[in-house]
Amino acid sequence: MTLAVHIRHRLGTFLLDARFETGSGLTALFGRSGSGKTTVVNTIAGLIRPSQGRVAIDGTVLIDTQSGIHVPRHHRRIGYVFQEGRLFPHLTVRQNLLYGRWFAPRVALGTPGPRPSDDLERVVDLLGIGALLERRPGRLSGGEKQRVAIGRALLADPRLLLMDEPLASLDEARKAEILPYIERLRDHSKVPIVYVSHSVAEVARLATTVVLLSEGKVAAVGSTSEVMQRLDLFPLTGRAEAGAIVEATVDRHDDAYGLTELVSRAGRWRLHRVDAPAGTRLRLRVRARDVMLARSAPTDLSALNVLPGVVADIGPHDGSIVEVRIDCSGEALIARLTRYSVERLDLRPGTPVFALIKSVALDRRSLGGGFPLAAEAGDA
Amino acid sequence: MDWMTLSPEEWTAVRLSLRVALVATLASLPLGIAIAMALARGRFPGKSALNGFVLLPLILPPVVTGYILLILFGRRGPIGAFLADNLGIVLSFRWTGAALACGVMGFPLMVRAIRLSVEAVDARLEEAAGTLGANRAWVFLTVTLPLIAPGIVAGMILCFAKAMGEFGATITFVSNIPGETQTLPSAIYTFTQVPGGDAGAFRLTLVSIAIAMLALLASELMARYANRRLDIE
Repeated sequence: MTLAVHIRHRLGTFLLDARFETGSGLTALFGRSGSGKTTVVNTIAGLIRPSQGRVAIDGTVLIDTQSGIHVPRHHRRIGYVFQEGRLFPHLTVRQNLLYGRWFAPRVALGTPGPRPSDDLERVVDLLGIGALLERRPGRLSGGEKQRVAIGRALLADPRLLLMDEPLASLDEARKAEILPYIERLRDHSKVPIVYVSHSVAEVARLATTVVLLSEGKVAAVGSTSEVMQRLDLFPLTGRAEAGAIVEATVDRHDDAYGLTELVSRAGRWRLHRVDAPAGTRLRLRVRARDVMLARSAPTDLSALNVLPGVVADIGPHDGSIVEVRIDCSGEALIARLTRYSVERLDLRPGTPVFALIKSVALDRRSLGGGFPLAAEAGDA
Repeated sequence: MDWMTLSPEEWTAVRLSLRVALVATLASLPLGIAIAMALARGRFPGKSALNGFVLLPLILPPVVTGYILLILFGRRGPIGAFLADNLGIVLSFRWTGAALACGVMGFPLMVRAIRLSVEAVDARLEEAAGTLGANRAWVFLTVTLPLIAPGIVAGMILCFAKAMGEFGATITFVSNIPGETQTLPSAIYTFTQVPGGDAGAFRLTLVSIAIAMLALLASELMARYANRRLDIE
């Protein structure tokens, strides 16, 4: 799948001028509020008619203002999960889920391929909403509503799924409840996803590809770890939560101390016990503010994760704070230091260092499960 | 108990009133929904003029509305003559004319109730239905219409009640002909104009009260049913 987007659209004084291409997996449209993310997905869905632009999925042109093409939204087959769910209050959950089905066969007439009759069962299973089928949306919790909304969009047999900050209106516990379902969706369904978010944590955990938007323009496009480790983008991605993404595999569990050992290119990690069998791939977000650097191998240290590496890049400073990228055998880590420390340790590209990370800094929120490697995502 | 029994003429008036009110309500419903949708959602020149025109019968003296109907829909009126010559439909001094008068008088109430419920519908739900593959007609039928159903029911009850009680416009437009245009209010009025008519007027008054109570009860039940279905949070 290739989604090619080029939109120019003026809203008052705000000019959106976004151009990017992306493929399968989960593409995060990432940026601060007001950067134009929602306008982009609304245009793809057909809710907004852009002043100029072209949007195409594979060969199918959805919008081309030059040749006057604007496919109406009900012919686009683009699923949309809205921030507020937007379930139909007068229908049961089952009727909500099947709503798109009334229209899908006719719309999908031109696309060959089997339409398994167990679709509903499969989606209900995937999202864990079997117990809700006969209820009405009014009484569902926020998390349940969003799961039903995802199922409803999926069952309309979309060629692309848009999700506009589907977790924004939920508290932390509800977010944690839904994230695994979105991960399963990304890994087990063939539908590509465009996911709007302003949360580094969500993007780091979910995204295969990141499109970084800033003030209506595309500031960067690339694989998640690539975009996340670019020091020049830190002011845009949000410094406080910024950090590198490490792809690691569960090696073994240390039951005596309740720890889990992971292996990545950078070396061996120890953190709180993770409920995943050995061999499971995990995505670990290591926040820059949790990483310390030492010039020599430290001894008598409480931090369990000590990874040797080389300074690769030193970012621009804003007076006192500097981000430093370290290359640990091909894996990037970012450390956030004071300019004073950088000068005191005489850090410069090529300096060998040790990165130190406390195990307790790697909490549950830093972990994402079952991610596909970038190469696999490309041809899935 | 003999005084409680309705005479055949009185029964006729009751039946006629119910028929007139029912026909007036049902016949104006499609137009009522269309105009309520246009007023709630549409952006077009002359919208306030249309709104004013629809509300006019509510503010004008009913006799004036009846007289205007007589001028327009009478045998020699521009619309009345056209209908009679081309379609063979005669409204003046017929029960159908009474239904027209009642419909016109009840129309503003119906449109207002439906318009309010249309305005309360979250248009974002309709967008969502569109992304799921529903075209505009299907969105209206499967999302908008069920969501405004309580408003439609309320509008119909209001229109029906207004039609049951309509007097001024009806008597001006189609007069007070027993068996043809003499509705409940006209019959009660007639009874009060003749000596010894008190008993008849009283009986018909009781009937009016009973019908009004039933209509209210029905609207209450339907509103409760609709709210339960929507499971208001």
